[in-house]
Amino acid sequence: MKRAELWVGLALVTAVVAMALVSFVWTPFDATAVGSGPRLQSPGLPHVLGTDHMGIDIFSRILVGARSALYVGIIAVGIAALVGVPLGILAAWLPRWGAEAMMRATDVAYAFPALLLAILLAAVFGASTETAMVAIGIATIPAFIRVTRAGALSVLASDYVLAARAAGTPAPAIAVRHVLPNVAHLIGVQASVSFAMAILAEAALSYLGLGTPPTVPSWGRMLGDAQTYLFGHPTQALWPGLAIAAAVLGFNLVGDGLRDFLDPKLREVA
Amino acid sequence: MFRQLLGRLGIFLLSLVAASFAIFVITQALPGDVAAVILGHGATPEQLAAKRAELGTDRPFLVQYLEWVTAMLGGDFGRSWFSHLPVTTLMAPRLGVTGSLVSGGLLLAVLIALPLGAVAALRRRQWPGLLTSATAQVGMAIPAFWAGIILVFVFGVLLRWLPPNGYVPLGRDPGRWASHLVLPVVTLGVIQAAVLVRYVRSAFLEVLAEDYYRTARSIGWTKWRALSRHGIRNASLSLVTVLGLQLASVIVGAIVIERVFVLPGLGSLLLDAVATNDLVVVRGITMVLVFAVLLINAAVDISYVLIDPRLRAREAS
Repeated sequence: MKRAELWVGLALVTAVVAMALVSFVWTPFDATAVGSGPRLQSPGLPHVLGTDHMGIDIFSRILVGARSALYVGIIAVGIAALVGVPLGILAAWLPRWGAEAMMRATDVAYAFPALLLAILLAAVFGASTETAMVAIGIATIPAFIRVTRAGALSVLASDYVLAARAAGTPAPAIAVRHVLPNVAHLIGVQASVSFAMAILAEAALSYLGLGTPPTVPSWGRMLGDAQTYLFGHPTQALWPGLAIAAAVLGFNLVGDGLRDFLDPKLREVA
Repeated sequence: MFRQLLGRLGIFLLSLVAASFAIFVITQALPGDVAAVILGHGATPEQLAAKRAELGTDRPFLVQYLEWVTAMLGGDFGRSWFSHLPVTTLMAPRLGVTGSLVSGGLLLAVLIALPLGAVAALRRRQWPGLLTSATAQVGMAIPAFWAGIILVFVFGVLLRWLPPNGYVPLGRDPGRWASHLVLPVVTLGVIQAAVLVRYVRSAFLEVLAEDYYRTARSIGWTKWRALSRHGIRNASLSLVTVLGLQLASVIVGAIVIERVFVLPGLGSLLLDAVATNDLVVVRGITMVLVFAVLLINAAVDISYVLIDPRLRAREAS
């Protein structure tokens, strides 16, 4: 059952990645050329999913949209992991009051959900894919700090770390050689789940017009456009939503499956 | 216990200072001169200087921050750069909209997630549990605004049972107020419930592994009896925490949902202010939202101490 979860997740993620990769070399129609086809076509041939209000093939836009989703996910999770993991290890190392202060700061950061931070940054620096990625990335840092610290604490208490310390191994070397490999699976799980959240956040921001710019196809913005034409052309609102849900479900399932696969002890916990 | 409560209160105040400072730093980081942004390209140096003095941007950073905080403590959130109305005047009529949406959504989410989470935990190896977990997993993946759009189409456009968007104040017409809120609340509540079900499930699973649960079962109590007698009360501790954490995402979710259903709440005001670069309004609303989140978190922390006798005992010993 749990193994099935992982496989379904991997299949969905592979499908989304494949869509993004394929879109670099081939799309049925031009995904950005306004007026290249008849407007607001229903699904059929040659436009399998129909066309939008600008006469652009929806299937082509869905394919290219996968790129935007993955792009934001990779950068946002990358920022969060690059900052959060070292801080998490540091927090495990600090004396009690230092760790306490750091984790309290992490708690405060939790009060800024990704979307709110992104809206705030968009208001100041202007809405763009970069603003959205950075905001989502920063807002995800606390999750990585917590997960890494929790893992690092148990590693630091282990005998082999004690032995390494006794042998005079410097702290940075212990962090890289012993702590990092032993918390890698936790970070992997967190990355997968955070990736799913990043895709959801990007979609919401683009829907609000605060993420990916109009010229670049993105699933969230497609839904925003589709809502305008909901009365006459409801199917338009179906495809981008399905794409988002599939991608998010995929990464969530991979995260869950990975957690159980790598660490059976964690089974049944959240 | 008193000392503990005082400690939590201190943490709350510190968090508030940290959060407000962060918001101030970000909104003050605007590249370039705010006065120039407001007045546009044709402004003379005298006009710019006057505007800077009016906005207070010609003074040191910390002084500006302290002035901002002191003013807020007195209920003054500043004036919109564009409409020149006080931010509080702009926010006041919208608090009720967002408040109804958030509280309705959270309540619905709990009402859905509690029984489903219990089923998912108790029947975790049978089809009702598996089905519930799978549904929750799928629900978590659905963007709330997409669910909202679909609901608008089905109930607002196709069936015409409910208004697809808009808002009527409670005072004007309670019936129409409720009918306009049904779809937004359902959207927010159902999607949030999907996230919550997982936490409820694991909270109940923890209880199932406890000795007192095993004892209750071994003296012949049914699963449901053991769980309703012991489970809910014990699980409620972790649930309260989760609810507090979830509140942040409910509030943020409400911003998007307000846009989907064209509700005149704080979220729409925030997005409008972002569109016009009205940073005073953006800053004010963000502060209110973050304040609400931190306040609830503090309340959760404090209620935790009050509910759990073990936490109190630790202090006494």
